[in-house]
Amino acid sequence: MDIYSGATGKPDNFSDDTLLKISRKAREYIIRMVYEAKSGHPGGSLSIIDILTYLYFNEMNVDPTNQNFEGRDRLIMSKGHASPALYTVLALRGFFPVELLMGFRKINSKLEGHVHRGVPGVETSTGSLGQGLGIGLGMALAAKLDSKSYRVFVILGDGEIEEGNIWETMMAASKYKTSNLIAVLDRNRVQLDDMTENVMPMGDISDKARSFGWDVMEFNGHDFRDIRKAFAFASQKREKPVFLIANTVKGKGVSYMENTSKYHGAPPANQEEFEKALKEIGATE
Amino acid sequence: MTSESLREKYGEKLVALGENHKEIVVLDADLSSSTRTGMFGKKFPERFFNMGISEQSMVTAAAGLALSGKKAFVSTFAVFLTRTYEQIRQSVCYNNIDVKFVVTHPGITVGEDGATHQIIEDTGIMCGLPNMKVIVPADTVEVSSLMDYLVEKTRTPYYVRLSREKFPVVNQPDYSFKEGKNTVLRDGTDLTIFCNGAMVGHALNAAEELKHQAIDAAVINVSSMKPLDTQNIIKYAKSTGHILTAEEHSIYNGLGSRVAEVVSEEYPVTVVRIGMRDTFGKSGKSWELFDYFHMGIKDIVDAGVKCFLEEDKYETVS
Repeated sequence: MDIYSGATGKPDNFSDDTLLKISRKAREYIIRMVYEAKSGHPGGSLSIIDILTYLYFNEMNVDPTNQNFEGRDRLIMSKGHASPALYTVLALRGFFPVELLMGFRKINSKLEGHVHRGVPGVETSTGSLGQGLGIGLGMALAAKLDSKSYRVFVILGDGEIEEGNIWETMMAASKYKTSNLIAVLDRNRVQLDDMTENVMPMGDISDKARSFGWDVMEFNGHDFRDIRKAFAFASQKREKPVFLIANTVKGKGVSYMENTSKYHGAPPANQEEFEKALKEIGATE
Repeated sequence: MTSESLREKYGEKLVALGENHKEIVVLDADLSSSTRTGMFGKKFPERFFNMGISEQSMVTAAAGLALSGKKAFVSTFAVFLTRTYEQIRQSVCYNNIDVKFVVTHPGITVGEDGATHQIIEDTGIMCGLPNMKVIVPADTVEVSSLMDYLVEKTRTPYYVRLSREKFPVVNQPDYSFKEGKNTVLRDGTDLTIFCNGAMVGHALNAAEELKHQAIDAAVINVSSMKPLDTQNIIKYAKSTGHILTAEEHSIYNGLGSRVAEVVSEEYPVTVVRIGMRDTFGKSGKSWELFDYFHMGIKDIVDAGVKCFLEEDKYETVS
C-alpha cells in the first residue's frame, strides 16, 4: 500500500482517513493469518488493532531503518495472544516484509503463536498474561536511570488484569513515579471462557487504577479522534504513570466475531466465514 | 576451618563491583537486611529497588531493566523466588537476558523458621529451565570469585544458591570459579563424594573419618550444577568405582539425580545419595536437623562404608 510506504523515522501525522485505511488493511491480514494458520486469536487482535495502528504510525518514536536505536519508544504487547495484530502493524510499518506474515505459527517462521522477541520490532516475548506491565516498569526505570526521554507503552487485556502481577506492579509504578509508563487497557469485556463480568467482575477499573496512584482516562478505542485525544493526554507533563482504558469491541469489524468469546482463540471456521470476514472488513485484494 | 557468611560476602561484592559497573541494578522484596542487598541499597540508592513483598513484580521489572541494558541482581529467600517460577521462565529465560537470581536461606540450614521456609527442591526446578545456569557455592572464596565472573563475563540468566548459615572456608585463597568445572578438594581412590553448598564441609570431615576405616575418599565440590562437569564425574566413576552424593536438597531432583543421570548413561557404578528424601523440613537447630534427616557427618560416613562395600546394592530405596 503506497499510502504509507516510506514511513520511516519520526512518527507521521496521518489523517484519520488514512489511519482507517491502514487499520482496514491490518484487519485483513489478521484474518488471513489466522485462517492460513487454522489457529490463533482474532477477537482480541481486532479489538486492539486501531490503537496499535495509531501508536505505530502517529505516536511512537520508532524507526524501521534503525530498529534498535536507544531512544526509541518501547511497546510491550502484554496480551501476547494478540500477536497477529502486533506482527501485522510491524510489517505494515516496515519492520519486516508483509509476505512473512503468512508464515504465522508455522514451523519455519519466526512468527511464533504468541509474541516473540525474535521478530523485528518486538521488544520482549509475551504470552503468559500479567507479566508485561512489570517488564514495562523495568524499562521505564531504566529510562529514568539513564536520563532518556523514551516512553514505554504496555498493552493489557481486560481479562489479563485478573492476574496479581498486574496489581503488584500498579503499586510499584506509583512508588517510582514512572510517568514515562503508559498502560493501555483493551477493555473489550470478553475473555476466553465468557464475558469478563461473568468470569470475574471487575468493578470500576478507573477507580481502581486511580486509587493505585495512576492518572486515568477512558476513551473509545475504535475512534481515531478519541484515540488521538487519549494519547495527547498521556503525553502531558506529569508525575504519575498513565492508565488509559480503551473501550473496545472484541472481534471489531467482523459481525459474527463481535462481543463473543467464540473467536477469542479460533479462526474463521470455513471458507464461507473467511470470505464473509474479508467482505465485512472491506478487504481490497 | 573458619566459617564465613556467604550472603555477607555477596553484599560486599555487590558494593565493590557496583562502583565500576554502573549497569548493575539490584532488586529485593523486603528482605534486603537478610539477603544483604541492603548494603548496595545504602551505597547506590538510585540503583536499588525495594519492590515490597511482590516477587512477581520484582522479577518482571528485573526483566525490563535487563532488556534495557542493565545487569539485574534479584535477591530474596529461595523459597519465595519459586513463587515466580513462571515469570522467570517466560520473561527472563525465554528472553535469555542478564538477570542474576541470588537467593539466600534455602534448605534445612534455615533452622528454626521451619518447613515453610526450608525449600529443598529449588535447584531441580531451576536446572529444568532452558538458558538458566545454576551455581551452589561452597564458601566465601567461591562467592567472591563467582561474583566477579558473573559481572564481568556473563550476560544470561543464573540462579545462585547462597545460605543463611556460615560455611567453612574450603577453597584456597587463589581459587578461581570456572563454570562447568568441579573442584577436587581432596583426592581419593576408593570412593568419590560429590557435594556442594552446606554439605562440602560435612563431606570433608566424613572423608577424614573414612580414612580411619581404611577407605580413601575423594571429595569434589560440584558448585556448577548446570552446566555440569560430566567429564570429571565420569573420570571419578571410573577411578573410584563408588559414588556418594551429598546435598542440602531433595535427592529426587538435585545433585544426586544429576550425578546419577551422568553415570547411568556413561559408566554405571554404585551411587548412594544423601539428602532430603521426599519430606518437608522442620524447626530446629541446623546441626540437629542434619542428624534428624540423616544428613550429618556420621550419616555420610556410614553411607560411604556401605557404598564402598556395595551393601544394599539391590535394595529398593524408598
